[in-house]
Amino acid sequence: MLLKLEARGQRSRPMVYLTPVLAIVLTLIAGTIMFAMLGYPPMQALQAYFIEPISSAYGLSELLVKATPLALIGVGLAIGFRANVWNIGAEGQLTIGAIFAGGIALVFYEVDSPFILPLMIVAGLLGGMLWAAIPAYLRVRFNANEILTSLMLTYVAILILSYLVHGPWRDPDGLNFPESRIFSDSAVLPVLLEGTRLHLGAVFALLAVVAGWVFISRTLIGFQVRVIGLSPMAADYAGFSQKAVIWLTLLLSGALAGLAGMIEVSGPIGQLLPTISPGYGFTAIIVAFLGRLHPLGILIAALLMALTYLGGEVAQIDMNLPLAITGVFQGMILFFLLAVDVLINYRIRIDWPGNRPAGEGQ
Amino acid sequence: MGKGMLKTLLGGVIAATAMLAAPAMAEEPLKIGFVYVGPVGDMGWTYQHDQGRKAIEKALGDKVKTTYVESVKEGADAERVIRQLAASGNKLIFTTSFGFMNPTLKVAKRFPNVKFEHATGYKRAKNVSTYAARFYEGRYVAGILAGRMTKSNVIGYIGSFPIPEVIRGINSFTLALRKVNPKAVVKVVWVNSWFDPGKEGDAAKALIDQGADVIMQHTDSPAPMQIAQERGVYAVGQASDMSRFGPDAQLTAILDVWDGYYVQRAKAVLDGTWKSEDTWGGLAAGMLALAPYNKAIPADVVAEAEAARKAIIAGTLHPFQGPIRDQSGKEVVPAGKTIPDGELLGMNWYVEGVQGEIPQ
Repeated sequence: MLLKLEARGQRSRPMVYLTPVLAIVLTLIAGTIMFAMLGYPPMQALQAYFIEPISSAYGLSELLVKATPLALIGVGLAIGFRANVWNIGAEGQLTIGAIFAGGIALVFYEVDSPFILPLMIVAGLLGGMLWAAIPAYLRVRFNANEILTSLMLTYVAILILSYLVHGPWRDPDGLNFPESRIFSDSAVLPVLLEGTRLHLGAVFALLAVVAGWVFISRTLIGFQVRVIGLSPMAADYAGFSQKAVIWLTLLLSGALAGLAGMIEVSGPIGQLLPTISPGYGFTAIIVAFLGRLHPLGILIAALLMALTYLGGEVAQIDMNLPLAITGVFQGMILFFLLAVDVLINYRIRIDWPGNRPAGEGQ
Repeated sequence: MGKGMLKTLLGGVIAATAMLAAPAMAEEPLKIGFVYVGPVGDMGWTYQHDQGRKAIEKALGDKVKTTYVESVKEGADAERVIRQLAASGNKLIFTTSFGFMNPTLKVAKRFPNVKFEHATGYKRAKNVSTYAARFYEGRYVAGILAGRMTKSNVIGYIGSFPIPEVIRGINSFTLALRKVNPKAVVKVVWVNSWFDPGKEGDAAKALIDQGADVIMQHTDSPAPMQIAQERGVYAVGQASDMSRFGPDAQLTAILDVWDGYYVQRAKAVLDGTWKSEDTWGGLAAGMLALAPYNKAIPADVVAEAEAARKAIIAGTLHPFQGPIRDQSGKEVVPAGKTIPDGELLGMNWYVEGVQGEIPQ
């Protein structure tokens, strides 16, 4: 028996929709085998992963809380990726956004004003933009690779945050522990659903998804972004400015990452801590590709990614599955989702020995 | 094969859903949840907490059922995990890192019938207790060993974060070190992580290159111990006995011993005598211990260290009793006085003999 990959010549339309389903089926099968081999009841494990976390209103709200920063950042990154602008430093932009927004919250500590939250949002957007402007400038001016510069700046941002919470912004009543004060109510995002942590930030993420879709598919500049990504030479010929697109995409993705940082500190965390993100900026890169760089796909991918985290925790709590196993399972989902994409452009042909078409090999 | 598997799968999902709907059994064991900041295999902080969890299971058997979530990030995720544990029926929850303080309190407010135990924090509530160990007592004893065993009179100290807990340890260690060896100094390197074998190892190498011949660590991985073994210098283990990573290098290790406290708190919940309180226990309470001393240490030095350990247990010796000088040489605590607990909890200055400044 011989397996062969054959180019289809053109993208298979049905496969575009069929592959995610196929990936899920493959994940379920492989997961069942893995759990069974490790001696855990597979059905219970799968149920813990996919059903238990979202079987209550509270669970659903947590899913949205977790998916919000991923979707927000993912949409921004995807626009850049389409133009071959590789912002890998969203984590740093998120951090600076959180610092800017948190700074506003701390300056106006115990001040009750409806303007504090809008100010924090603007600060978060600006902070992220500022941090993304550095790689943009370096790329445009010196042709420095933005993958490296944006990534390096992430560590700088995290150290700035660390300095602030260990030093000047440390809670004066906190016994020198590295945390800021807990923000006053006027600096905390309103909760949408009583009794949950679902906050206004989820709405921002939804708006970003819609705006991202309109931008990429309905505006001239969005069209330029796509053309530059697909064919830089054609874009050049058409007179599209590559520099303008580099600036635009980096500032845009930086702003959204900064907003995500603002949302995290003003929403579920409510103060500045030495670490505010469990790597959302990096996970969002996976989310962007998993969502095929399409805003709607990114929304779905963010939800799926969030579910794997929540599911991993439930599996640990309910079944004492070790963290490493939950990590392997997460990896499996991503692996299958990305691997089956090959079927969009290729088909699998199976050659059985002795079953060759007539006229071959004679 | 695929078809059969799918069938099994569907059947299983249905069965699992039915199981979920089944009513809870009577006479359920007390469910106890643990939230860990690191992996249970870190051989340090989290590993020792997990030993405490196992001690509960061993001591109370069928009466309890424990579970844990490891490597939980100290941000927005912590609150979700703690709440998930509370919602899934755990009636006693240990949150074992400082960064879990505010999330623990938030969840505790929503689950008044669940008891929470938060390690190393300072905020309590009706259903939230705090506990910590006076690790600085162990570091004092280690200071004596280091002061007697160093030849270069340079001690390398690997710090995680410049928080009071770590500063206190550095100071306590240095006070004992300089008492037995006034020429010795302490160089500190901060790695900004509790568990990062790569960075910890690099820090150890850098300190040894700067002349340190005893390495102290206030981080959780055995990497510094391994480097010390490789480079032929001494080191003091952290949290668990790390002698298998440095059989010749380890002078001793300062062991976290949560077993007794955890069993006692679980029993208190079973008896209905659990109350919110603050526990800060030391050598006397058995919340920390010292690993067996290195065979290379001369008997008189062992005797000196043991005398200090016993005096601390007896209450006749306090690591922070005066005279204590700060880095400028000014006497900040006169002879006959001791720094009170309240000040120790927020300690943010170095004693004389520590080089460098606390990063601000």
